Amino acid sequence: MNRPKRHAGEVSRDVSAAPVEAASWGLVRPYGDDTDDGKVQLSFTLPVPSNARAEAAARDLARQMGMAEPMVVHHKAMGPAFTFFIVYGSVDHVVDLDTLQVEERPYPILNHREVDRRVRQALGRRAVVVGASLGTDAHTVGLDAILSVKGWAGDKGLESYGAFRVINMRSQVDPAALVERAVMEEADAVLVSQVVTQRDAHIHHLRAFAAEIERRGMRGRFLMIAGGPRFDPSMAQELGYDRIFGKGTTPSEVASYLAWVLGERGDRR
Amino acid sequence: MTSGERQIDRIMFGEPASGRTSTLGAVKKLELDEGVAAEARELARQVCRPVEELIERHTTVAIERAVLRMCGLDGAVGQGVDARPFANLVADTVRRQVGLDRGVAIPVFDLMIRDGLSITEVARRVVSGEARFRWPDDPSEAREAAEEAARDADSRILGRRRERDELTRRLGDPEKPWIYLIVATGNIHEDIPQAQAAARAGTDIVAVIRSTGQSLLDFVPQGATTEGYAGTYATGENFRLMRAALDEVGEEVGRYVRLTNYASGLCMPEIAALAALERLDMMLNDCMYGIIFRDINMKRTFIDQRFSRMIHARAGIIINTGEDNYLTTADAIDEAHTVVASQLINERFGLDAGLEPWQLGLGHAFEIDPDVPDQWLLELAHAQLVRELFPEAPLKYMPPTKHMTGNVFQGYLLDGMFHLTGVLTQQEILLIGMMTEGIHTPWLADRDLAVENAKYMVNTAKHVADEWWPPKDGRIRERAMRVLEETVGLLRRVEEDGMFEAIHAAEFADTSRRPDGGHGLDGVIETAEDYFNPFLELWDRGRRAQP
Repeated sequence: MNRPKRHAGEVSRDVSAAPVEAASWGLVRPYGDDTDDGKVQLSFTLPVPSNARAEAAARDLARQMGMAEPMVVHHKAMGPAFTFFIVYGSVDHVVDLDTLQVEERPYPILNHREVDRRVRQALGRRAVVVGASLGTDAHTVGLDAILSVKGWAGDKGLESYGAFRVINMRSQVDPAALVERAVMEEADAVLVSQVVTQRDAHIHHLRAFAAEIERRGMRGRFLMIAGGPRFDPSMAQELGYDRIFGKGTTPSEVASYLAWVLGERGDRR
Repeated sequence: MTSGERQIDRIMFGEPASGRTSTLGAVKKLELDEGVAAEARELARQVCRPVEELIERHTTVAIERAVLRMCGLDGAVGQGVDARPFANLVADTVRRQVGLDRGVAIPVFDLMIRDGLSITEVARRVVSGEARFRWPDDPSEAREAAEEAARDADSRILGRRRERDELTRRLGDPEKPWIYLIVATGNIHEDIPQAQAAARAGTDIVAVIRSTGQSLLDFVPQGATTEGYAGTYATGENFRLMRAALDEVGEEVGRYVRLTNYASGLCMPEIAALAALERLDMMLNDCMYGIIFRDINMKRTFIDQRFSRMIHARAGIIINTGEDNYLTTADAIDEAHTVVASQLINERFGLDAGLEPWQLGLGHAFEIDPDVPDQWLLELAHAQLVRELFPEAPLKYMPPTKHMTGNVFQGYLLDGMFHLTGVLTQQEILLIGMMTEGIHTPWLADRDLAVENAKYMVNTAKHVADEWWPPKDGRIRERAMRVLEETVGLLRRVEEDGMFEAIHAAEFADTSRRPDGGHGLDGVIETAEDYFNPFLELWDRGRRAQP
């Protein structure tokens, strides 16, 4: 059976990994310590006192989820009204990898020199990137990881590329202020970072920015890119963005994307 | 002898931890160069002095509103985050009609005396547009009335402090390190059962994180609130509800459960006042955090922090400083000394506002990068260095956030390593990390597992600090000395350039702020010769803040 070299939905953190192609992926089941044994682990809380009935309920839930012989290996009372469980078991389910719709990255990961070369080729100048955390979100960790020279996990940020001029507006930026700055700086790309997800604040802020762009009739003036640990990259179109980066995104990925897409689009100034 | 120098003298030389219940007692292990440590403290004093001269010559709208609140003004037009609190309406109206350069107290008490009004009735007149404030020809009567109101407020604040002392005696004060856990649902009525569950699981301190936008609000929302982003608004009513809930669960679990909130942002002194009146026990309160992380104007922040700390000093509240956040933006290895420099500055400002060393819960954290060889040793060195530099401070230790990923198994291990480091180096307040913090706001089970993790290390390594000594010429001591020397180097630069210019030059947390930039500068007011604030007089500008 063909084994995938990486998980279907995973955003690669290996900067050298190009999209993996294969003729056929085949069928797959979870692997514990034996091929096709279907072993999985699961933990959850039930809002019931810890007793024999609670344990039976946990087993029953696991069975309904498709685990054939669930073993409740741990249960612990959390106060008088809740119980925490860890369950192991085997699932019968099989995944046909060939039937999955997976978005593969359409661009290769490039090194610094190649990013710089392609951007200059496309624009004949440096690309201007404006980044901000919008609205109530005060977190700049993700934004700084992508933009600052320091970067993330040894992968240096966009500031370290000769091809980018970076303006980091940091946190709690108003959507209108971001638009104005993007216009003033003649931005080629705007990066919106969102970390806080409570009550879907991250989605709310993304929509607010997109609406502001729409209101001013400025769609297409610059690339709209969003990033954050809880974003689903497949939502880009629905939210009106050119691209959304999810958890684990490296600066190299963003830089490589910009080099690719600017090459495709050409200069919009 | 100053209190700063007194601290150094109290370090125990090579003795095991003392039996004092109130502190773990720092043990000197690193044989730090005392001359370098003393130089760092002296530099911090010199760095703070010009800023304190500026503080002495100014007040802010938030300080004047805190005066009104402590004098009994509560209430608002509207509710929650849409409220226009009476404190704001009155202070703004006085500012417009009379100016605030002589303080809000005389014009307000003058109107109360003239028309026989309560302070709330004054606010109602402001709302209806009928209030006419003035600066009386002879302010002595208004002044006496304000002084009496301040004495009343002061005895209420001291009453709350005594209440805490009695409860800790009767219910029992938990052994250190205290386990500190965050609740953040956005809804006070959801926070309460979660906080109570956390207390039952073994939490000693519950921190209710504020809604992310609150630091930039120039007013305190009103009443019980149920909507917030990544946290719950700090309001007087939310404080009261949570305090009652923790007192209730404290009776059940047989120990006093402490409550923490945030006296930071644009309303630092007002929130300190509310905390003092509602018996909160610890408050996040940093002299620079708002400047760096929230882009609040530096003058506003420095002036506000002073008065807020006087209130905390009087109320027996432990402050928590924010250095644990620096290394989330700056590099942990290269910038570790900025944490120590900021702690020394926070210490100086704190002591000068009347806080006692036991009230200085200096915050710190390092970031253990799983991929860097020996980084745990650097962490150990840093934690021990801070322990020895601030032997009486109830240090607050926060686990790594930068390296928390979706790998919850590694996250659980990272948190465990952090707790072990905390016990090894006698940190007194352990902020408990969540293995899922890179994923979502904590679930019930996440909190329970986190407390279990902390308890495991705290119990099984209980006396490890007495048994652990880093070798004389080892890496740990060398690293600690280097960080201390770099701290002196940084403080020397800050002393030469001045604090404002140093912040502008991004010396702290890699972030640059302009002296006249940021939020809240329009709320800073230069005081007149006859400025009057009854609390400043009563507490002698912090020199008589302790009962």
